[in-house]
Amino acid sequence: MITLVEQSQKVEPSPAQMMDWYRQMALIRQFELRCAQSYQQQKIGGFCHLYVGQEAVAVGSIAAVRPTDYIITAYRDHGHAIARGMDCQSLLAELYGKASGCSHGKGGSMHFFDREKNFFGGHAIVAGHVPLAVGLGWAIKYRKEDRVVLCYFGDGAMNQGAFHEALNLAGLFKLPVIFMVENNGYGMGTHVQRASAVAELKLRTGDAYGIPGKHVDGMDCLAMYEMTLAAAQYCRAGHGSLFIEVKTYRYRGHSMSDPQKYRTREEVAKYQEHDPIGRLEKLLRAKNLLDDAKVQAINNEIHAHVEEAHHQADMAPFPQTQDVWKDVYANPYGPYKS
Amino acid sequence: MPEIQFREALNQAMCEEMDRDPDVFLIGEEVAEYDGAYKVSQGMLARFGPMRVVDSPISEAGFAGLGVGAAMVGMRPIVEFMTFSFSLVAFDQVVNNAPKMRYMSGGQFKVPIVFRGISGAGQQLAATHSWTVDALYTHVPGLKVVVPTTPYEAKGLLKTAIRDDDPVVFLENEAMYGNRGEVPAEEYLLPFGKADIKREGFHCTIVAWGHGCLTALAAAEQLHKDHGIEVEIIDPRSLRPLDIDTIAESVKKTGCCVTVEEGYPTCGMGAEITAQVQEKCFDDLDHHIIRVGSLDVPMPYSKVLLNHVVPGAQRVAEAVKQAIYFQR
Ligand SMILES: Cc1ncc(C[n+]2csc(CCOP(=O)(O)OP(=O)(O)O)c2C)c(N)n1
Ligand SMILES: [Mg+2]
Repeated sequence: MITLVEQSQKVEPSPAQMMDWYRQMALIRQFELRCAQSYQQQKIGGFCHLYVGQEAVAVGSIAAVRPTDYIITAYRDHGHAIARGMDCQSLLAELYGKASGCSHGKGGSMHFFDREKNFFGGHAIVAGHVPLAVGLGWAIKYRKEDRVVLCYFGDGAMNQGAFHEALNLAGLFKLPVIFMVENNGYGMGTHVQRASAVAELKLRTGDAYGIPGKHVDGMDCLAMYEMTLAAAQYCRAGHGSLFIEVKTYRYRGHSMSDPQKYRTREEVAKYQEHDPIGRLEKLLRAKNLLDDAKVQAINNEIHAHVEEAHHQADMAPFPQTQDVWKDVYANPYGPYKS
Repeated sequence: MPEIQFREALNQAMCEEMDRDPDVFLIGEEVAEYDGAYKVSQGMLARFGPMRVVDSPISEAGFAGLGVGAAMVGMRPIVEFMTFSFSLVAFDQVVNNAPKMRYMSGGQFKVPIVFRGISGAGQQLAATHSWTVDALYTHVPGLKVVVPTTPYEAKGLLKTAIRDDDPVVFLENEAMYGNRGEVPAEEYLLPFGKADIKREGFHCTIVAWGHGCLTALAAAEQLHKDHGIEVEIIDPRSLRPLDIDTIAESVKKTGCCVTVEEGYPTCGMGAEITAQVQEKCFDDLDHHIIRVGSLDVPMPYSKVLLNHVVPGAQRVAEAVKQAIYFQR
């Protein structure tokens, strides 16, 4: 077992940083609740997977890497996009199928992209993006760049062949990739223990692929930050890849149409007691950085921000029908028209 | 005759065949405890138990291959893909191991397996999740490809598929699961390679199956009402084997032909049917055959774009008017 950082090297986040994370998590939550509402109003179509409950994972980990580092994730991507600093208006516009959306209305909820922010998607085929993370890592190593890749996926993704091929390649080539499984207990309605021969997921990589496995509490934003910071240092130092099992929980159904018969209300309530936002709030209150009035003010401010983004996205124009031909090939209209 | 939903018809077919043959089992994601992502296997776990209705991890290549292996020793697996878009991570199992085992072993092994699930666009799921795989799988020698349009066909064809000694790709459509139709109470099977005339007419032949057939029927009704144009709709029911004779007979009568599919036109089913029809009906055609399909682009998410890409009744009607030189 390797130690990632010496205790003495631990970086204590500043009050400003922690306040920022609190805001980001609160923003993600309100954004997701807005999505649920808009989905019911049929402004959003297709599949829509909410990140409620998992906010600390994206916020804590993305805070620990640099804007130049690469991020790639699965279809439950709203939280990562927001934590990466993507604009709520462009995200909502995407969800509403508008031309001003972050993928110009072509991708929807599962396919958020932002090249400038080094956000490589939003991918809907389970584990299909994990080999892409390895490709990003390969390019970094090849070009001798000072970057790392942060690759997120669900517990269910670890049962795909693509995942295992990708990990072996990353281990073999010692690529700077942090593989982060967001173990929220379920892949759709299937509990991890009914899907994985070994329930402790970090045991499934470790020695098998020469990639050390770590474990972190995903309901704790600070722990996420600390772990990811150490992991990024490890990767930047050229040691190769790391695997991190993040224990987290989703409060909502798998997608918008999930009767959730596979779990009890009590189980959900039990996890909500360890709510990542509530937890950080408690800490910030103890440090006198937050009080009732401040919490209220922050929430009001975020609510206004999300509603304004929603309003703008709602008013924005739909794409033109001829845009279906655009971006199939490098030539704007492909081989169809010159 | 009792009227039941499409999904119930599939459920009945599976249950009856599982009652009849202990070697039949169902495996797939969320098929057991969740009762099926689209409730097709509702109640089957309770009835048959976890050895015969099996929840798999998200491992399509794994459980598709498991099915092929079990079939090689005479079991009759029904492998459910949550959607056929996910069958693509198991492509090797479906296009190599299943259909070529009999041939490669010189006839020593049969692979009596059914791969079933939904295929098609229209649900705003964007490019990777919206595959219409008709043509992809029909391309492969050794596979049979079946596409039911009505609950009656869904049940009769699925029972035939389960009893068939070769691998069958059985394509359903999410938008059709709730559709209702009459299904006989007594047992029946429907053969592959026998087309159904869904509507009789004399102005123009349309060849259409599955969801595209419903679009064609809507177009035919509109053309009849608005212009007195009488379209004949041939539903092949199985794409391989393809009942070209029934199609050709109709085209000889009408002198023109439109194919309708939700897949892509390039190397699509329409292209194949066009080639076969002109081989049989070259001298009977008064107009070139017209292929209606999705526009040749990846499926977009936005509804306005998607509605433009996937063919609707309007586009089918326009194609028919063109084929019969209709001038208002
Ligand atoms: C190859 C493939 N198979 C099946 C699906 C359907 N599907 C979408 S999400 C999902 C569950 C994934 O669970 P997990 O990886 O734990 O991620 P979570 O939803 O919990 O974030 C399934 C089965 C898919 N998108 N891709
Ligand atoms: Mg999960």
